[in-house]
Amino acid sequence: MELPALGWQALVILVVFGVSLLIATYSTYAERVIAAFLQDRVGPDRAGPFGLLQPLADAVKLFTKEEFFPAGSNRALFVFGPCLAMVTALMASAVIPFGNYLQFGSTIIWLQGIEVNIGMLYIFGVVSLGVYGIMIGGWASNNKFSLLGAIRAASQNISYELAMGMALIAVLMVSETLSLRQITLQQSVPGEWYFWNVVKQPLGFIIFIVCAFAETNRTPFDLPECETELVGGYHTEYSSMKMGLYLFAEYINVFVASAVMSVLYFGGFNFPFQYELQAWLAESQGAVTAHNIITGLGVVTIFAKIFSFIFFFMWVRWTLPRFRYDQLMRLGWTILIPLAIFNILLTGGLILFNVIPQVPKWWLLQ
Amino acid sequence: MQSLSNRAKILEKKPMTLAERAYLPAIFQGLSITMRHFFSKKATIRYPEETRPFSPIFRGLHVLKRDEQGRERCTACGLCAVACPAEAITMVAGERKKGEEGLYREEKYAVSYEVNMLRCIFCGLCEEACPKAAVYLQADKMAPPRFERDEFIYGKDRLVEPVSPDARSQRGIQLTPEQAQALFNKMTQQAV
Repeated sequence: MELPALGWQALVILVVFGVSLLIATYSTYAERVIAAFLQDRVGPDRAGPFGLLQPLADAVKLFTKEEFFPAGSNRALFVFGPCLAMVTALMASAVIPFGNYLQFGSTIIWLQGIEVNIGMLYIFGVVSLGVYGIMIGGWASNNKFSLLGAIRAASQNISYELAMGMALIAVLMVSETLSLRQITLQQSVPGEWYFWNVVKQPLGFIIFIVCAFAETNRTPFDLPECETELVGGYHTEYSSMKMGLYLFAEYINVFVASAVMSVLYFGGFNFPFQYELQAWLAESQGAVTAHNIITGLGVVTIFAKIFSFIFFFMWVRWTLPRFRYDQLMRLGWTILIPLAIFNILLTGGLILFNVIPQVPKWWLLQ
Repeated sequence: MQSLSNRAKILEKKPMTLAERAYLPAIFQGLSITMRHFFSKKATIRYPEETRPFSPIFRGLHVLKRDEQGRERCTACGLCAVACPAEAITMVAGERKKGEEGLYREEKYAVSYEVNMLRCIFCGLCEEACPKAAVYLQADKMAPPRFERDEFIYGKDRLVEPVSPDARSQRGIQLTPEQAQALFNKMTQQAV
């Protein structure tokens, strides 16, 4: 890879980083507005037009709050906890393909931070690290409630990662690759749009989305925070922007989980009839321009899918009450994991008897 | 036990059906309910821009009225202060000097007239007690919030009705626009 290509890649990584932060920022605003709308209110509308500057006002507020260190806390770990939560949340978006490639002359820009052939494993590894941020923060606070919240978070994440991984194995059995870009491309065979994995893996998708809710500590699985029982859980002792980083990390996790679900199950940057549209555009604009236009529309498509999932996360949050802890564990261990195993067996059987439509080999070889 | 109202329902603790145990139907039911609220009309009134309509008999901020010639009606008889159950009204009476006939209607007038809006319960008894139809509780104005307690003691500067008809309350004795213009001309001539 020569230098200009590396420069373009660095730019793409920077843009993905910025977009993750921007979406997380405005998720806080969206959360409040959606919560308000679901409760027959209008939400924040004072700061700027429609309250659009509200996240900035919140940031200013958080930055000017007192930096508080509880007595007897481990100061280094106390600072390290939110940093780790934030870093791991941000790292996960690096391998998500936000679009196909753009072509300008001989320069080809891949709209993806880094393409690795083990993208799915990378995301799982990084997201699993996120629980250390919560665990360290809760431990370093020297507070019983924080520690309880942190322990809850750890056990919950471990329990649901199992079912999530097993739901994923079924996807990998269908797609036979770990690369997120390959998985995306396989979901759009020219002429057929029903190759989205959600059609092949409906049960797996339900398991995955339930586990995604648990992994991101969102309602109905927000037991690590649970304001009513644990006074805020692992971030009880946190104030100022350290608190802000935890809240931010949660929204970035929601964004990453939405992106992963869009890529794995809903065809990523593919949209129906894209090849017909591309062929029609190629007649008037030329093949390269047509491809670039389709790529641009693909970026719009994947973000539409991501935003729908983020909306769904928030919609569920303001609909369902929190699970009890024993119910959470029972759901994870006695329902979701057996279901996921059953799903693996079912998928294996369906592949064996050629019931699941196979991606044509000529398309795979590209 | 026998039911007294005949409305008691006997609850059976049945084992949950498969649909109930699967959570998902109930979750979708809940989601549809919240989605209906998402599109429903919002109850919020954006206060400074929008206000609730006042009732026509709302008793709000006090006003000291002027008569048709723009003279203060109040004669500082003190009946409002006597009638006030919250003891919110104080006043100091004074004698009208020669040349002030255009300002005060009666020979005795209120040199100072103060209403403590923190004490006032807005019952309107002062309005009923007034023999000169001088004090009214406006239907369209409220005592706004303030930072200091002493700012809630309203003196004559804030209580007496303004001369300009546009700024006047819509309740109580009214001047026609022609009357108001004549009054305004008269007042400006006096000032010169």
